[in-house]
Amino acid sequence: MTASVSIRNLTKTFATFKALDDVWLDIAAGEFIVLLGPSGCGKTTLLSILGGFLTPTGGTVTIGDRDMAGVPPALRPTTTMFQDYALFPHMRLIDNVGFGLRMRGMDRASRDAKAAGFLDLVGLKLSARKKPHELSGGQRQRVALARALAVDPDVLLLDEPLGALDLKLRRQMQDELKALQKRVGTTFVHVTHDQEEAMAIADRIVVMNHGRVEDFGPPSDIYMRPKSIFAAGFMGEVNFLSGRVSRVECDAAEVETQIGPIVLPIANFTIARPQAGEHVTLCIRPEHFRTVDRSVAGLSEAVVSDVSFFGTHHRCHLAPVASPERKLVAHMPQSARIARCDRIALAFDPAGVTALPEVPET
Amino acid sequence: MTTATLEDRERRRAWGFVAPALIWTFAFFVVPFLYMAAMSLWSRQGREIVRVWNLDNYARFFTESALLKSLTNSLEITLTVTVLSVLLAYPLAWIIAERVPKRWQRMALILAILPFWTSYVVRSYSWLLVLSKGGVINQALLGIGLISEPLEIASNRTATVIGFVHFFVMLLTLTIYSNLIQLSPNYRRAAADLGANGFQTFWHVVLPLTLPGIMTGAFLTFVLCIGDYITPQILGGNNELVLPQIIMLQIGRRADFPMAAALSIILMLAVTAAYLLCARWLKIERA
Amino acid sequence: MAQPGETQATDIAFPAGSARRMLASALSWFYLAAVYAFIFLPVAVLVLFSFQDGRLPVPPFNGFSLQWYESVFADRKLMAALANSLMVAVASSFVSCLLGFLAAYALARYRLPASALQRGLLIAPMTVSYLIIALGLLAVLNALQVPLSLWTVGIGHVVINLPLCFAIIYASMGDHHVNIERAARDLGASDVKVMALVTAPMLMPSIMAAFFLSITFSWDEFIIAFLLSRFDVTLPVEIWSMLRSGLNPKTNAIGSLVFLASVVVLVVLELALFGRSRKP
Repeated sequence: MTASVSIRNLTKTFATFKALDDVWLDIAAGEFIVLLGPSGCGKTTLLSILGGFLTPTGGTVTIGDRDMAGVPPALRPTTTMFQDYALFPHMRLIDNVGFGLRMRGMDRASRDAKAAGFLDLVGLKLSARKKPHELSGGQRQRVALARALAVDPDVLLLDEPLGALDLKLRRQMQDELKALQKRVGTTFVHVTHDQEEAMAIADRIVVMNHGRVEDFGPPSDIYMRPKSIFAAGFMGEVNFLSGRVSRVECDAAEVETQIGPIVLPIANFTIARPQAGEHVTLCIRPEHFRTVDRSVAGLSEAVVSDVSFFGTHHRCHLAPVASPERKLVAHMPQSARIARCDRIALAFDPAGVTALPEVPET
Repeated sequence: MTTATLEDRERRRAWGFVAPALIWTFAFFVVPFLYMAAMSLWSRQGREIVRVWNLDNYARFFTESALLKSLTNSLEITLTVTVLSVLLAYPLAWIIAERVPKRWQRMALILAILPFWTSYVVRSYSWLLVLSKGGVINQALLGIGLISEPLEIASNRTATVIGFVHFFVMLLTLTIYSNLIQLSPNYRRAAADLGANGFQTFWHVVLPLTLPGIMTGAFLTFVLCIGDYITPQILGGNNELVLPQIIMLQIGRRADFPMAAALSIILMLAVTAAYLLCARWLKIERA
Repeated sequence: MAQPGETQATDIAFPAGSARRMLASALSWFYLAAVYAFIFLPVAVLVLFSFQDGRLPVPPFNGFSLQWYESVFADRKLMAALANSLMVAVASSFVSCLLGFLAAYALARYRLPASALQRGLLIAPMTVSYLIIALGLLAVLNALQVPLSLWTVGIGHVVINLPLCFAIIYASMGDHHVNIERAARDLGASDVKVMALVTAPMLMPSIMAAFFLSITFSWDEFIIAFLLSRFDVTLPVEIWSMLRSGLNPKTNAIGSLVFLASVVVLVVLELALFGRSRKP
């Protein structure tokens, strides 16, 4: 089963602290949504409101056309997978998974059969009679998943479920989680602060900060065309370059910067069509720098102040000749021959650059 | 210096650290205990102890009804006290943990166990002030005309049980409360999320998870209660003696040390039996 | 991660009709009040009638008087018992903590053969009734013709408090302290210096907790003190002999004083020891 979720105008305040500030979201049925943000950004609060564990201060939550105001966790079409899994330590796995069915009055034989099916789904059929403490972290995570899915929720809420696992296991679990979601078709809302995890599993990512939604869209859009400085910075390493729009044409605009003029397609201005004279901030990801033989017209050259080899690329710290204190980080191809103190031509793929309304540089 | 001698030196030093405690426990606990166990197999003649091995003391225990009765009295009182104390303390601990606002909880708990810190002897005595013929309860009931004759509530089993329950409710509230607040709130949220109502959450999740705490507290209650001499001596009157009172009688008036030793061993066995019954719950695996 | 939402567990929106909820809430508070009344009734009566102006500590209350407190302080035997109790409590708790700490250190930091057995042996007296411990000691002391005194009481109190001190201190010796001790050793401190200058100060909160807990246990202990003492007795034993005279406001007065002293110690401990350790 699956359902859409729509969140309108949602706010939540704790005493004087605004945990959620006017949040609007529309989630389609069967989507894998990831709420991404640093700790304290309100993502867990949002998840708790969806699960019915917190009452919002204002706004509405609708799941599958049903208003959720005043509906307790037990009566919601949601189940939550808790960060610490909250597996009942005194129950065997089969009883843990069958707990929700038991609460719905299902008889032992049928709920055991169904629970065994869900344990099979997560690959733990043979451990049905074990207790949680006999399992590894990854296995517990799977049991918690099976338990939450066993009651056929329309929406599954996952509160940093992979946070306690080591990196390798986490990557493996991400793949499993995504494959499982596609199989069962339930809407998943997953909370994490790990942007790689978000990109690995999400259909769409909600980037949150200070209780607000900063950006919402498919992973590639958020990475390539972020709609806020925060989203750009949170999704990965980025160089911020401030500039002024000097010329606007029908499909491109020129931005004057410290390292020279840069011409960008209009589409790269994600918030609004550029106006001449407007101050903007350019976001350039390190991997968008290119090695070129000759200087690009108008762009400054740069001195390599430091370089280290990372396997997939060389990571360089660059000091543009025109503005040496404006340090840049660039990833140059594996094959490039670059050494410290080299003077190189600055160049990048304009398609990879995003321009946002300026905020003061840090 | 080779590693072997370094390890030897370390180990010798470690033995030096642990030895005083071991020797103390051995000399003043193990040896006396073994001596007493041996003595329970001797007998008394006049004021002398005769070191002839026999089971006479135990045989006498099972044939003399006054002695056997003291064990059943002890067991009955102890079990009543344990059950009553748990039944009273659990809701109290639950209310403190769930209903009392977080910042008042510590205060509420300290208050709930404050009389714990009066002298044990005085605490039993103070119940005498409440329960005796001229005591507060009788005077109050007489005063409002509910009764015309003072009730006999002191100097009997009821008084002993009340005195004990008073003490152990405090102890158990402490152990059960600390158990309750250690539970991750996510257990309850998970149960509610999966469709359990308040009672089901309590019955299937909270109660089983606090059972180890309850059993630890209950076992402690059992041990302390069955071995206590003061409360029944002050509050219980002379009609129903419990095992510790009979033991004290042996070494006091009768100067029958071997019999006292045998009765102590029997007391010990009762505690061991209780332990074996509770052992299942005294440790639980945690996920 | 400390999300603001996680501290608000009580915010759960339960559907229960507000009338039912209010009834449940009222019942809770009523129960709380009733049990508190039960718990405090005897103490309140004890304290109230310690001020009784008359010979019987039962209703009616004849008027306020401090005469029983005066007679408590004038009672030489009672004051001597009080001093004895303090002495035995402090000395036996000190020995218990010292032996308990040394044993805990050795068993937590060194690999000794049969360490589980050693721990079991050290804990064992906790599971045996005080009466049995006292009887065993009394039998042995009699057999060896050792005269009973405050010394023998102290020995008995160390037997019951050593397991407690050992268990508390042993439990607080986490593995996270090992590296700090290694660092000290690495910087040239000898084993004994590490123990005295690094381990003991680190564990001071639990050592102090063990110490004060044993003081309260020893201070209030009756049966061992009763069976193992002769001419000099401790306070509980002295109070016990006062009980022979039946209901007496003087017993109320000494009981109230003991209660007051314990509460003061408790408040000081709460503020000084636990108050500090609660703040990280």
